[in-house]
Amino acid sequence: MNLVIALTIGALYTAGVWLLLQRSLSRIVIGLAVIGHGANLLLLAAGGAGGAPPVAGADPSVAADPLPQALALTAIVITFGVSAFLLSMAYRNWVYRNDDEVENDVEDRRIAEQRQAIERAQARSQELAEDGDLDREEHR
Amino acid sequence: MTGDLLPLLVALPLLGGGVSLMLSQHRVLQRVLGVLVLTGQFGLSIAALLQVLDGSTMTAGLGGWSPDVGIVLVADPLAGLLLVVAALMLLAVFVYALGSELTGDSAPFFHPVYLTLAAGVSLSFLAGDLFNLFVAFEIMLVSSYVLITLGGKRRQVRHGMSYVVISLLASALFITAVALLYGATGTVNMALLATELDALDPTVRQALGLLLLVVFGIKAAIFPLFQWLPDSYPTAPSPVTAVFAGLLTKVGVYAIMRTQTLLFPTDGTASTVLLVLAGLTMVVGVLGAIAQDDVKRILSFHIVSQIGYMMLGVGLFSLAGLAGAVLYIVHHIIVKTTLFLVGGIIEQTNGTGQLRKLGGMLHTAPGYAVLFLLPALSLAGIPPFSGFVAKLSLVQAGLAIEQWTIVGVSLAVSLLTLFSMTKIWNGVFWGEPDEPSPVAAAEGPDRLPASPAMLGATTVLVVASLGVSLVAGPLFDVSERAATVLLERTPYIDAVVGP
Repeated sequence: MNLVIALTIGALYTAGVWLLLQRSLSRIVIGLAVIGHGANLLLLAAGGAGGAPPVAGADPSVAADPLPQALALTAIVITFGVSAFLLSMAYRNWVYRNDDEVENDVEDRRIAEQRQAIERAQARSQELAEDGDLDREEHR
Repeated sequence: MTGDLLPLLVALPLLGGGVSLMLSQHRVLQRVLGVLVLTGQFGLSIAALLQVLDGSTMTAGLGGWSPDVGIVLVADPLAGLLLVVAALMLLAVFVYALGSELTGDSAPFFHPVYLTLAAGVSLSFLAGDLFNLFVAFEIMLVSSYVLITLGGKRRQVRHGMSYVVISLLASALFITAVALLYGATGTVNMALLATELDALDPTVRQALGLLLLVVFGIKAAIFPLFQWLPDSYPTAPSPVTAVFAGLLTKVGVYAIMRTQTLLFPTDGTASTVLLVLAGLTMVVGVLGAIAQDDVKRILSFHIVSQIGYMMLGVGLFSLAGLAGAVLYIVHHIIVKTTLFLVGGIIEQTNGTGQLRKLGGMLHTAPGYAVLFLLPALSLAGIPPFSGFVAKLSLVQAGLAIEQWTIVGVSLAVSLLTLFSMTKIWNGVFWGEPDEPSPVAAAEGPDRLPASPAMLGATTVLVVASLGVSLVAGPLFDVSERAATVLLERTPYIDAVVGP
């Protein structure tokens, strides 16, 4: 495999993963598109070295492998369509919130708060119990 | 055997989806068309199953290309069985959706997208090569993106987003895996890959196997890749959640089963990695369910937990284990869909799914209580319901090859499942019915009675799940035959490539 292509694929995946891990939606969308590009390039590279155009009647011994090209083309179309959908969702999200960041999960927050409340209550009752012990000792 | 009807299983719903889109001004025609197409698909699936019931495998090469470059559809007993169950679920949920407000006149695109989803599910079961499986997943997922955000409410966009992003990441990894497999072997056809991969360096083979496991693990929601599921599923309209819960993750499990048995078989020993993952999936899922307070969220965490049981069967990698897993998938698809449909009815008639706001439905609607109780007991594995039969076969398979730990874990998780089912039961059905507060009553019509279509579809599925335990014997025979074909590999390879 061509070293330049290999490095490009690596760079695309790296940049894509970094973008995906950001909290802003637009970066996540771009990150997914970049990873998709990396994957498509990998698909092409998997077909081996380049060659003559693989059209009907071409000499199979010099022509490039047509299958990865067909696969990459399909994958590109799918990535394109889904990216459009994702962008429209990111836009809808922006319309609702005027903000690009991913929201917290309400239900998760609620459960976390419940737990904190329980812990606080336990700490308080423990304190009260200790205070009670002290009071009794003073009485004696 | 030639399978001339296999392409129809995909083409019919796809074509139906296109026509349905054109009929979006004629709601009645659109509904009739949907029912006709899905009934037709159910019939075709049964025809396909009958042909492969004896353990044979049928193939259809599209366009007359040879299998190493062309698209091949393959149906073996496992695919046939799942096709029939999936078609039944799709039909029942569609009828339920006809009676549900959420997918009514406010959502004109529900019908075409739903039919496309049906096409994607069929194609996933039939795909004979990995790239076609990727396309099938995409058809299914793109439809599911639209369905999960149907209505475009704020919560749906928030939670749908995480679903879409995680699915897209899995798709990118899937393409990566396909590219690496093609680079290593020069083919994406699964039957050809099965022989090619055996010749490969074991470490390369293992890495490819792990990558595919991660890809399908995300789709199937196994530990530790499941967080997206309880986050996104409960926000969708009830019929949509029900069909997702029943089918989508199970397509992932099917893909794991297919690739692990056909492409990366062990030498007959249990796979420790899969068993550990199965155990963790069960435990974490059920613990998550116990912590929740919303009917749909509890049920969503249960999906995760139940996936663990199927992975247990796959991980055992014995004939009995795989047969148990197949039986479990069939049972789970029916029961889980039913529970979500009942959950949807509870939510619609009360205007909320939160346990602390519900109560006393045993007095107000005893019929719903029965509809919930039967599948809930089945899910927990109480005899004589289908869950008991499926769990029994898995436990026996585990005991037969002396995997004590995982069997113990699975039994403990059953108890916890029962516990969280009783939590729903206590919260929703027992207690005194609380009076609607004047504020809530004034706020308007978020409480709607369940329509006859919803109740009818749910009742049919409850009866179907009871039917599974009645025909458990013959069904287990079919599962065993499916597992035999999976383990032998040669029938599948010979059917595609030719002996």
